[in-house]
Amino acid sequence: MFFELFEYSFFVNASLAAILTAITCGIAGTYIVARRIVFISGGITHASFGGIGIGYFFGFNPIVGAMIFSILTALGIEYMSKKTDVREDSVIAMLWSLGMAVGVIFIFITPGYSANLMSFLFGNILTVSTANLYMLFVLTIVIVIVFLTMFRSILYVAFDEQFARTVGLPVTFVNYLMITLVAVTIVLSIRIAGIILVLSLLTIPQTIANIFTKDFKSIIFLSIVTALTGSFAGLFLSYYFNIPSGATIIFFLIVLFILARSFKTIQTTLRLKSQINRKA
Amino acid sequence: MKKIVELKNVVAGYEDEVILKNVNLAVFQNDFIGVIGPNGGGKTTLVKVMIGLLKPVSGEVVYYPTGDDNVSGRLIGYLPQINKTDNKFPISVKDVVLSGLADRKNIFRRTSKAEHHKVSELLEDSGIAHLEKKNIGELSGGQLQRVFLCRAIIADPKLLILDEPNTYVDNQFESELYQALKELNKKMAIMIISHDVGTITYFVKTIACVNRGLHYHASNIISQEQLAAYNCPIQIIAHGDIPHTILKEHNHKH
Ligand SMILES: Nc1ncnc2c1ncn2[C@@H]1O[C@H](COP(=O)(O)OP(=O)(O)OP(=O)(O)O)[C@@H](O)[C@H]1O
Ligand SMILES: [Mg+2]
Repeated sequence: MFFELFEYSFFVNASLAAILTAITCGIAGTYIVARRIVFISGGITHASFGGIGIGYFFGFNPIVGAMIFSILTALGIEYMSKKTDVREDSVIAMLWSLGMAVGVIFIFITPGYSANLMSFLFGNILTVSTANLYMLFVLTIVIVIVFLTMFRSILYVAFDEQFARTVGLPVTFVNYLMITLVAVTIVLSIRIAGIILVLSLLTIPQTIANIFTKDFKSIIFLSIVTALTGSFAGLFLSYYFNIPSGATIIFFLIVLFILARSFKTIQTTLRLKSQINRKA
Repeated sequence: MKKIVELKNVVAGYEDEVILKNVNLAVFQNDFIGVIGPNGGGKTTLVKVMIGLLKPVSGEVVYYPTGDDNVSGRLIGYLPQINKTDNKFPISVKDVVLSGLADRKNIFRRTSKAEHHKVSELLEDSGIAHLEKKNIGELSGGQLQRVFLCRAIIADPKLLILDEPNTYVDNQFESELYQALKELNKKMAIMIISHDVGTITYFVKTIACVNRGLHYHASNIISQEQLAAYNCPIQIIAHGDIPHTILKEHNHKH
């Protein structure tokens, strides 16, 4: 009965979405966590709600609206925090709430019941549209190519912007490119985990990976594997228990984190003990 | 002698505050300049202008590239005063040093075997070969400083600028550092900012006093009176039996 699930096209779509999300979130999330821009990502995520509201009101795909809002927010944060003297976290808070406010207003004035609103807030991997899947596919290709070809430049700029400037790397371009990719990744994962929970898809796998490795590339690979495990586990749990997939994925990942952390603690304690014994 | 970089009537500052006025300075091949001055005098600002991190308000900075190194990053190597880098960032010592080889003209640049080899060699020479695979968060302040020094010189710059390199380091590394700089000076010009005037005058050839302006002193011997004349209110802290005010005794070292 397990494999029969794959005879349903919705389930095949959901599986593809899980794979592509794991790859894109694995890569973009590693960048976010390494650069400590989780709060920026939170702003981008929530601001996208404005686009969803406008999409509902004017009757076009809310994800397209969300995409426009999140990219503008991402570029806005990057621009305002670098070129003006407004403090970065204040900029984020402003754009974060502005997007939410626009979303609330438009959803409120949209006549009738806003179908599927819940799936944007909490995610529903089982209803991922083919359009969303195509967009996710294109994003995966772009982000993989960007990281394969520009890995060194991205790493150096992320680590030490000032030094990267002195050796003449196009720091501003790299920053704008990366924040845009992060924004698009977040928006296309909203269907899977929902606005409220999507950020954990970009941070928990990385945090788990970081327990075992401190190398940027290895964190990417390990987070992809972890995210893959998480999203498939979430997918099945969501299907069998009829719970929003965002919640099941996050729950599973947190359990995984606790296991990994405990494993590491026990491992280091044992290693330390054997070292002390050897010396004694 | 060949000029490497020249500042012509440079005025620099931040927003509406002018920090440096009418700075003229030419750095030549084989130069070893000690930059001294009080806190907040504008030494770091001067360096930022020289490496292109800060645009001068007026005046110009002229670079004299040679051959294939017409990239300011290769013309000038730079060791910052304060490292604002995040020590939890997932990057290894090796990758940090490799970043010194980044190239402005090629954002898609990959690293070659030869470059990895060069990094290993440099780390070996700097006595930190065993740290190569470590994450930067696992280093001490002094070790990190050595890594950043390697990053600054890996691309064989024509001019190496060090902004207070002795901040974190122990006495042994400090003397090792000065010896290493002397050796490097055979291949590249060096400009070193330091508050330890007594010590650097041992090693430098000329002195630049920076206090809202720049006074170039074409010798490594400087007296308290001259410092005062240059509007450079700093105390020369004598080491050992060095006379308190005049450091003429160091002359024979060069
Ligand atoms: N980013 C900045 N924005 C505004 N003012 C600045 C900035 N950086 C430095 N300043 C001001 O410029 C002046 C010179 O600073 P600078 O860092 O060049 O001094 P310094 O000679 O390197 O001092 P120190 O010996 O303490 O390192 C100081 O008064 C400082 O307040
Ligand atoms: Mg300084």
